[in-house]
Amino acid sequence: MPDSSKDLEEQQLDLPPYARALGIAITELEDGVPVLSVEFGQSVEGRPQHYHGGATAGLLENAGYAALRARLIADGREARLKPVNITVQYLSAGKACPSFAKGRITRLGRRNANITVEAWQDDRDRPIATAIMNILMA
Amino acid sequence: MSTNDTSPIPGFDAREASKLFFRGGHTGWLGLKFSGQGDNWVELELPWRADLLGQDDREVLASGPIVSLMDMASGMSIWQTRRTFAPVATLDLRVDYQRPARERSAVWGRVECYRTTRSAAFVRGIAHDGDVDDPVAHVAGVFMTIAFDPRRVKQPIQSGEVPIKAGTDDA
Repeated sequence: MPDSSKDLEEQQLDLPPYARALGIAITELEDGVPVLSVEFGQSVEGRPQHYHGGATAGLLENAGYAALRARLIADGREARLKPVNITVQYLSAGKACPSFAKGRITRLGRRNANITVEAWQDDRDRPIATAIMNILMA
Repeated sequence: MSTNDTSPIPGFDAREASKLFFRGGHTGWLGLKFSGQGDNWVELELPWRADLLGQDDREVLASGPIVSLMDMASGMSIWQTRRTFAPVATLDLRVDYQRPARERSAVWGRVECYRTTRSAAFVRGIAHDGDVDDPVAHVAGVFMTIAFDPRRVKQPIQSGEVPIKAGTDDA
């Protein structure tokens, strides 16, 4: 196996400052795709004992970027990522427990990527939020 | 009720509410500040901070905190328009990024609530870094009102979901 993908610890360091400040970490790699998580705490709390929608969006967005970065590394590509848009669907309230998110690359071109992201808590089959992101690569 | 209330809205004042909202939690952690308000809009400021960057090598605010900024300004624009504070839940929020914010610049989020119904509220707005005519991002969202859900009447209200009606709704 060629050494084309970074291990979990190395990818952890690639999380942007905002993700690290919010407490987001990579918990595992599933077929090379990072699963991100964040513990419930003051930095993500909206109304009492629930996630703020913005914090959930932050987790989704970072999971989308992490999925794309992992794929680009695996493909031996280097690119600067430029966000174009994100649409977040909120499906149920984020309760006071850890949240997880994983992105799936639905389309990867030379210049653009379309990514679908899901966030869940204790039951992976019941996502609390989903997002669709378009990212340009330069 | 404050005697020097500069808001045209009797029941909800974004400036006053900001003091409470931004004391803690996610928005307090981000350091959001009140910036301005009108009949149906609210503007908040997200100050620049080194640990809110999107990339290690560029001193530009990440897009994540901008979503939080716009989500919060959206909710407050709804309360401003309805003249009362009743919990809302974000159903759908879309952010289109036109360009990165300037380096080391704060970002302001100005959102207006252009339509409310009994069960939903529709918002649109911009994020800018000083010039409203040159936005960083556009946002559109739909929110659901929690207080008006008839199924909740027979249920015990959960902690944090108490519909607070500030002031007299004499609109």
